[in-house]
Amino acid sequence: MSERQIELEVLRYDPEKDSAPRFQTYSVPCLNEWVVLDALNYVKENLDTTLSYRWSCHMAVCGSCGMMINGEPKLACKAFIHEYSDKIRVEPLAHFPIERDLVTVIEDFIGKLSSVKPYLIPKDDKPISAGEFKQTPAELIKFKQYTLCINCMLCYAACPQYGLVPEFVGPAAIALAHRYNQDSRDGGRDARQEVVASNEGVWECSFVGACSEVCPKHVDPAGALQQVKVASTIDWYKEHLMPWVKK
Amino acid sequence: MSCKPYIRETSKTTWYLEHPRYKRYMAREVTCIFILIFTFELVCALGAVANGPEAYAAFLAKLHSPLSILFNLVALVVTVYHSVTWFNVTPQAMPVQIGEEFVPGQYIVGAHYGVWAVVSLVVLILGVW
Ligand code: SF4
Ligand code: FES
Repeated sequence: MSERQIELEVLRYDPEKDSAPRFQTYSVPCLNEWVVLDALNYVKENLDTTLSYRWSCHMAVCGSCGMMINGEPKLACKAFIHEYSDKIRVEPLAHFPIERDLVTVIEDFIGKLSSVKPYLIPKDDKPISAGEFKQTPAELIKFKQYTLCINCMLCYAACPQYGLVPEFVGPAAIALAHRYNQDSRDGGRDARQEVVASNEGVWECSFVGACSEVCPKHVDPAGALQQVKVASTIDWYKEHLMPWVKK
Repeated sequence: MSCKPYIRETSKTTWYLEHPRYKRYMAREVTCIFILIFTFELVCALGAVANGPEAYAAFLAKLHSPLSILFNLVALVVTVYHSVTWFNVTPQAMPVQIGEEFVPGQYIVGAHYGVWAVVSLVVLILGVW
């Protein structure tokens, strides 16, 4: 097992003492198969117990370890040391306020996520005794890729539009709305459209495509947003040119 | 939540310099300016045609200026770039599902190139005619 000395340049911010963030460099003996999260854990356990960051699963599932690694939004548990040079810069996810060190304030995202009603709103209310809602494989693949989202917010950190217009509902929330809209069991699209098809919703997106490039789960939120735009545009034409046609 | 979260401002004027993928995006967007000017040129051409043979001849003469040739060459290159970048993302915006599979993206992109070629050919034939 080969070992390499890495200079880990970590953004530090203590809201009680600091007026602005600063960088602190730690020299970490890293094993080659380590990920950046292992290096941070080494710092926390051996060099500086005051360092704050979020993590849980260490396997790209919980979505809590998102951070900027050399300026790129990454999951720290999926960013392998061997892919980097001897100096690695670690910062909290871009576009989110910094709570402390690598920990960001994520209330904005949580609020947006719940505003799009990311849950199944059944088309027809049937009693439990009537049995399960069935779905064919063809109906399942319509939305399966969007179910893989782990709410890691890397897409928000990559999206310049979210940085410029913080009101933008953003990639993951709209992709999740699309996931439920595409579900054959769901009947909640009208209830979601109010937020999703608003100016701060999908129309704030200019298809930079950065979200899909950084998504660790290949959700392709950019694709979802363009599909929502197409569907919303068709709605508009139906409503204004063919008002007699029911949606 | 802490009492004093630190907010990093995004620069409204230089944000697109911060990452190569933002620069690529801006390059795609800037192509629109050339397409806009070219469309204006096309409208002028239609106006000249409507105003009779002399007006059209005068318009054509203007097109022969070196500046105009340069602009049209640049506009052509830029328009090709514009079209290619947009064609390449069509599978994301318009996925086609057949049964239990999505049609591979390259077929959707290919179909766009195909239609482009056919339309260009028709325009060429009509033009030569
Ligand atoms: S869409 Fe991808 S990048 Fe965005 S929150 Fe979901 S998993 Fe993370
Ligand atoms: S620790 Fe769970 S995604 Fe990285």
